[in-house]
Amino acid sequence: MRLSELGHHIAATVTAVEDFGTADPIARRLRDLGFVAGEPVKIVAHGPVQRDPMLVQIGYTRFALRRAEAARVQVAPEVDA
Amino acid sequence: MSAASLRIALVGNPNCGKTALFNQLTGSRQKVANYAGVTVERKEGRVLTPSGRVLQLLDLPGAYSFDAASPDEVITRDVCHGRYPGETAPDLIVCVADATNLRLHLRFALEVQRLGRPMVLALNMMDAAAKRGVRIDVAELQRRLGIPVIETVAVRRDGAAALIAQLDRQDLPPPPPEPGADLHVAVRELLAATVTMPRRTGRVDDAMDRIALHPVFGLAILAVLMFLIFQAVFSWAQPLMDGIGAGVTALAALTTQSLPDGVLKSLLVDGVFSGLGSVLVFLPQILILFLFILVLEESGYLPRAAFLLDRLMFKAGLTGRAFIPLLSSFACAVPGIMATRSIQDPRDRLTTILVAPLMTCSARLPVYTLLIAAFIPRQTVWGIFNLQGIVLFALYFAGVTSALIVASVIKRLRRDKSEHALLMELPSYRVPNVRDVLIGLKERAEIFLKRVGGIILTLVVLLWVLSSFPAAPADATLPAIDYSLAGKIGHFMQPLFAPIGFGWQICVALIPGLAAREVAVSALGTVYAMSGSDDAVAAQLGPMIADQWSLATALSLLAWYVFAPQCLSTLAIIRRETGSWKIVAVAAGYLFALAYAASFITFRIASSFA
Repeated sequence: MRLSELGHHIAATVTAVEDFGTADPIARRLRDLGFVAGEPVKIVAHGPVQRDPMLVQIGYTRFALRRAEAARVQVAPEVDA
Repeated sequence: MSAASLRIALVGNPNCGKTALFNQLTGSRQKVANYAGVTVERKEGRVLTPSGRVLQLLDLPGAYSFDAASPDEVITRDVCHGRYPGETAPDLIVCVADATNLRLHLRFALEVQRLGRPMVLALNMMDAAAKRGVRIDVAELQRRLGIPVIETVAVRRDGAAALIAQLDRQDLPPPPPEPGADLHVAVRELLAATVTMPRRTGRVDDAMDRIALHPVFGLAILAVLMFLIFQAVFSWAQPLMDGIGAGVTALAALTTQSLPDGVLKSLLVDGVFSGLGSVLVFLPQILILFLFILVLEESGYLPRAAFLLDRLMFKAGLTGRAFIPLLSSFACAVPGIMATRSIQDPRDRLTTILVAPLMTCSARLPVYTLLIAAFIPRQTVWGIFNLQGIVLFALYFAGVTSALIVASVIKRLRRDKSEHALLMELPSYRVPNVRDVLIGLKERAEIFLKRVGGIILTLVVLLWVLSSFPAAPADATLPAIDYSLAGKIGHFMQPLFAPIGFGWQICVALIPGLAAREVAVSALGTVYAMSGSDDAVAAQLGPMIADQWSLATALSLLAWYVFAPQCLSTLAIIRRETGSWKIVAVAAGYLFALAYAASFITFRIASSFA
């Protein structure tokens, strides 16, 4: 599923970052910022209007991403008992 | 290599505490300029080492990656690669990394390492890391990286002593080994081998963000903060501004008292000193606004405010970060436009600069007050509202609405329609450091006085020349200004302004009124040959214009002041902040066009009812 569809505080792992169009600079930047396969991510907050942007905890860092940006990140939610 | 010429560049991710470290190393021995042709600040300073060497330290803009996404990052990349025109490649690179955020910051450090230049890694904020229970095996990290790794605490006195000792060594560290091909894999290996961390986030940050980013409490806190900033810039600065005004007037009187009345005295009092006053009067607002902005930026709150407001502002073609500059522009567009520096994206910053003059600044109030008091009856509407209040509100509302419309139009018109990312890091909360805030304030004041002060002073003197020459003949029957160049220009412009209902008196007053909007009131007084203090002139003017102007003309002039760039200082600051006369021309052109259109429509509609 896409990071933009991930629920609040649900632990997940990045599986891939998709390019929207060719040589998508935003996807490249996301990878530079650490959105690479195997990284644990979590949505920790949402903006007050239309739940946009979203605050993503990745590694030790928090990034605010607009939904369109978060949609580039594919994640797998952790199977939780 | 001679020791004195050792050039060191400071690089690192944004929020790594690099600027605090730069301040710690250089103290007040720093110079702020711009890189040629771009509005990115170039900060250079000198470091005096214990052995008496002088090192040149360049503080490069923060960067996440050499795959540059902003003008800041382009400069950092090109200077590090040694291919930035006019900059020599650094002899030594000090890469700064936040010890609490090594996963992100080490990746960039490895990218810097790939350059193969001598480098040192400064692990900054070791105190915060220790507090969180982060343990770093520095010796092992140094061995694996193959470069010197030094612990620093930029905000503590002597927190950079070990770094200075390293820089003081005569020999440069050898060029570093090439890191592995996949930097993320390399970082993971390094972290696994050298860092232990009890949890991934700071407990304090989590707790504070739960409140600060809460949809209700977060917005409430933001509203209170904004109200405070607005109050401070709008009203707390006023006594200081009045004080500066009185001080400059007194100084002018004191220095010119021995001079006979005449051209020289007038030049000094009405030209030079008045110009000096118009420059200095901005300082209180600039300093108060930047005090708030620096404290909010340093504490980590500013990106949180941008997070809360981004959606609303994005719809209008702006960004969350545009909010504070626009809010400040209600007090004055000059500090507001200076505050757009906190918007990193050049496209968003330009849009914000272009619409900032539409926010109703405090200098428009004297004009509004005069016209409303003279023409709008003091009557109650719908039981509770005051008609005069409604008109004033409508004027403010017109400004804000048109700013939103203009921003959306700019969004549609611009050629570059690519998606610009928000992708904004929310750093850990920190207690602002007094030294860093003071150095920041000093920089703002210097930049304003040095680079904008000159333009404003020149323009005010120029306006004085226009309004004073040629002098009135001895048998003059009309006010002196009528015989001057400004008067001639006013009369010459009159046919152009007739369709919007302006008589020649208004046209003549508009010219000295370019110095600042509120000057229009005293300029009208001059045209109608009144004398006395500004308040006395305003009191006499009211009845006079109520008698001579039609209501349509008054409303048309109000509409004019909502839009017209009747303030040369604003144009001067746009020139300074964008470095482009073309943008000044675009801003002035569209504002005049809007003003003319609005006044035309207002005048026609109001005339048809009369």
